[in-house]
Amino acid sequence: MLALIAQAADGFAQPEVDWHALAPDLVVLGTLVVLLVADLFLPEDRKGLLPSLAGLGLLGALIPILSLTIDGTDRTMFGGAYAVDNFALVLKALFLVAGYVVVLQSTNYVAEGDYAEGEYYFLLLSSILGMTVIASARDLISIFVALELLSIPAYLLAGWRKGSLQGNEAGAKYYLMGVFATAVLLYGMSLLYGVAGSTLLVDIGAALTARESLPVVTLAIVFCVAGFAFKVSAVPFHTWAPDTYEGAPTPITAFLSVSSKAAGFVALIELVLLAFPGRSDVVEPFMWVLAVLTMTIGNVVALRQTNVVRMLAYSGISQAGFMLAPFAVVGEIGGSVQQSIVTYLLIYAAMNLGAFTVVMAVARKTGSGEIKSFGGLFEYAPTLAVLMTVFLFALAGIPPLAGWLAKFVAFQAVVEADTTWGYVLAGFMAVNSVISLAYYANVAREMWMNPPPDGDRAPVRVPVSLSAALAITAVVTLAFGVTRWATSLGDVADFVATVPL
Amino acid sequence: MDNNQFLTDWGLTLMVFLPLAGALVMLLIPKEDEGLHKVIALLASLAAAGVGVAVFADFDYDATDKLQFVRNDSWIDVIHSRYFIGVDGLSLPLIALTLLVVPACIIYSWRHFPEPRNPKAFLILLLVLHTGMLGTFVAQDLILFFVFFEVVLLPMYFLIGVWGGEERQYASIKFFLFTLFGSALMIVSFLALFFVAGGETFAMPELAQRVSELDIPLSTQVLIFGGMFVGFGIKVPMFPFHTWLPDAHTQAPTVGSVILAAVLLKLGTYGFVRVALPILPEAAIKWAPWIGLLAVIGIIYGALACLAQTDMKRLIAFSSVSHMGFTMLGIATLTDFGLNAAVMGMVAHGLITGMLFFIAGSVKERYHTLEIRRLGGLLVKAPRMGWILGFASMASLGLPGLAGFWGEFPAILSAYNPGAGLSEEIFRVYMVVAAIGTVFAAGYLLWLYQRTTFGVPTSEYEDEAMPDVSVPEWIAWTPLLVLILAVGIYPNIVFRVTDGQMTSVAQALASSVGG
Repeated sequence: MLALIAQAADGFAQPEVDWHALAPDLVVLGTLVVLLVADLFLPEDRKGLLPSLAGLGLLGALIPILSLTIDGTDRTMFGGAYAVDNFALVLKALFLVAGYVVVLQSTNYVAEGDYAEGEYYFLLLSSILGMTVIASARDLISIFVALELLSIPAYLLAGWRKGSLQGNEAGAKYYLMGVFATAVLLYGMSLLYGVAGSTLLVDIGAALTARESLPVVTLAIVFCVAGFAFKVSAVPFHTWAPDTYEGAPTPITAFLSVSSKAAGFVALIELVLLAFPGRSDVVEPFMWVLAVLTMTIGNVVALRQTNVVRMLAYSGISQAGFMLAPFAVVGEIGGSVQQSIVTYLLIYAAMNLGAFTVVMAVARKTGSGEIKSFGGLFEYAPTLAVLMTVFLFALAGIPPLAGWLAKFVAFQAVVEADTTWGYVLAGFMAVNSVISLAYYANVAREMWMNPPPDGDRAPVRVPVSLSAALAITAVVTLAFGVTRWATSLGDVADFVATVPL
Repeated sequence: MDNNQFLTDWGLTLMVFLPLAGALVMLLIPKEDEGLHKVIALLASLAAAGVGVAVFADFDYDATDKLQFVRNDSWIDVIHSRYFIGVDGLSLPLIALTLLVVPACIIYSWRHFPEPRNPKAFLILLLVLHTGMLGTFVAQDLILFFVFFEVVLLPMYFLIGVWGGEERQYASIKFFLFTLFGSALMIVSFLALFFVAGGETFAMPELAQRVSELDIPLSTQVLIFGGMFVGFGIKVPMFPFHTWLPDAHTQAPTVGSVILAAVLLKLGTYGFVRVALPILPEAAIKWAPWIGLLAVIGIIYGALACLAQTDMKRLIAFSSVSHMGFTMLGIATLTDFGLNAAVMGMVAHGLITGMLFFIAGSVKERYHTLEIRRLGGLLVKAPRMGWILGFASMASLGLPGLAGFWGEFPAILSAYNPGAGLSEEIFRVYMVVAAIGTVFAAGYLLWLYQRTTFGVPTSEYEDEAMPDVSVPEWIAWTPLLVLILAVGIYPNIVFRVTDGQMTSVAQALASSVGG
């Protein structure tokens, strides 16, 4: 038996491993192992160290990212399945910083609630590890493994509020819908492999471009895109999002609506640009419909929400529609797609995480997630109210707050295509960005123009960790809209340059 | 000349961002120090005005058609947008207007902040608004222009929504949604323009150059112009996009109404003259008859609506619709005469309507109502204010010798002889209709004046003591009153500055017909 295995392994040559390129992921991996062990040995009153440890690990992983960025060479490993280029680095940095903000948000929330702390941070970091890996994944297997690594911990975290009925609903819904989507995705991937005979995205791209159209290819593309459409909560694959967002612990809601969504988009960018570059005839109409449905339905439903978390959930769906829009013209603009989506993701992460942080800070006082509970916030907590205003109007895309640049690059992409469908899409986007203002301004109206619903004007005490999260997100939200250095981060055009077409 | 070099390089930037710097300082001061907030806000706006005066003193008035004090640095490279600012004869009068009106507003609100008070927030918003308005007038890059154009939205939304009247929440969101809808179409137009012109620059002068050289289909140009038309037209506001204006004006606090009337509306007309006409002259010729049509409809409709109003502030708001119609008619003629009249109309309307809203605010403060029926006898109660209202009304109805005349009369006259490529018949009809509009204007303003100022006070207020014009009011109003008279007597203060640039725009328009 052993001999058989040895014989099978005979042709196995150890692949070259570039430890520098893997360092960011390895630091996260190391941290989560340390977390798990530390949780075993730390006495109950010292568990407060765990979030600090998790945060330090995430920040530590930024160091190799910095050194790799300075180094500047694109590295690939494992026969091209794993790449560390500008695109991967920017997104890894996004996942790490967003993860750090989520840790900051969680610190008090988890410590004060009746939750298991060690496992929480362990799972959170596992999920983040999956995300940093997916940013580098360049073949079907590594995409799939990374996707599972980021999803399974997230299913658990979504149901973390064990005692609450809504918490259970959140976990169960997310899990069931997620598994279903994964199955669809896997089916699509297996079809792709069947057609191309390779799991490398670049090979698949070459194979699909070379041969004439087959129905099975169309099916494969639609299945793959649909699988990730679930992840990015695109309509009609969005039905899990509002209930899950409402039931999950709020930091996890923020995590799902930012990091997990970004991971879905990263995978979509990789698939569409690398594996389906010659098949924009299939991708474009599908994405066009998805984008229009997502931004419109997300918006219209958001208008009706009375709970701020649900409102943010639907607004996030609508924002995803804007991010999908460049895909609808991918055949005409090629590499501009990733530049605009990555810019959008960076900005969206900052403003959405910021909004969730304010929600958490306010909920500590009011104990409510109703939009009405924000009444009079400007009177008793002007700083929080101003910050929330900044985040909301950034989400609405009002200059000079960063959101305008996000919307702008999306507009730029669809107009650049110079096709009728592109212009029609731009029209939908224009109308939708106006609609979205109505519900964002609605929260601002409560904060600035209405009295507190219960007449309680005691100030809100904001813990240090939440203040730090607010500071990070606010600086990015303000800087991204106007400064030169920040906006150049989204300039990741060389991703496509490295792709043989 | 070291000093001059500094002014050339940094003057405009300093002027635009000084108010914002003041706002940032105020953020750090607790809101209980109300006096300090007022002083800082006033100093910041006066500092901006001071830098502005230095710039104007150094401005070369023999080359008003050239951009001066230019700065062109890289900004957001990813989208090819640059920090490109400058000032020429078109922006100068409007910058001056802004620099004058904002300090006046701060002084005016010195003792009376509308409920719920909070001078800190109120003044910070005012200063942010100041930066946005100044920035719009100096920006020479479409994206920079767009960003500044939008910066004014948020502060104005909050000024109306927090400090406004009874219906403030409805009015503020209506204002915001209308303007944003226009902006969204405008940005799509800007982008389309960017790509059809080669996709390399958003700089306005360069875009104009490229559009004239490249062979861009006229239909495309017309569509792009259409997007801008809606964006700027809502801001002006042109009929039928004007419905947000009466609500916003009526509900806004006095200072908000003043700034809205004096400067914000000008952003729209300025956009037409700065962006739409020079860059897309051929499309402008196609659109001009329609702009003219909507302009005269606005003139008549606004005037008729004025006659039906029972609220003084709402009446003044509708008179804005009518007056901005004259400005748009001047623009629609596409001649240097009409364009000069339009810029003059903007300045005059800014001064006069700003003044009228100030008075309306003061009347409201004293009578606690603006219902025309309940007012009356202002000359008995507060004679000085009564006379000032009379002066402003006369200016507004276009009495020769006051500023309003030079905005209205040349605009009407210019329609007699519209630019090349436009139908004389149509524009002469417009001219006649617009002239009838001035008669209405005289009607509603005199009627307003008669009902509020003449006669005896209604029994309601008979025994109530009414303070006359106070010191802060005098300080805030005097510059406006003096300028209304000065521009009226010697309109060349404005025409001399604007003429160079307007002539070159009109020439470009005329030459595009031949080419």
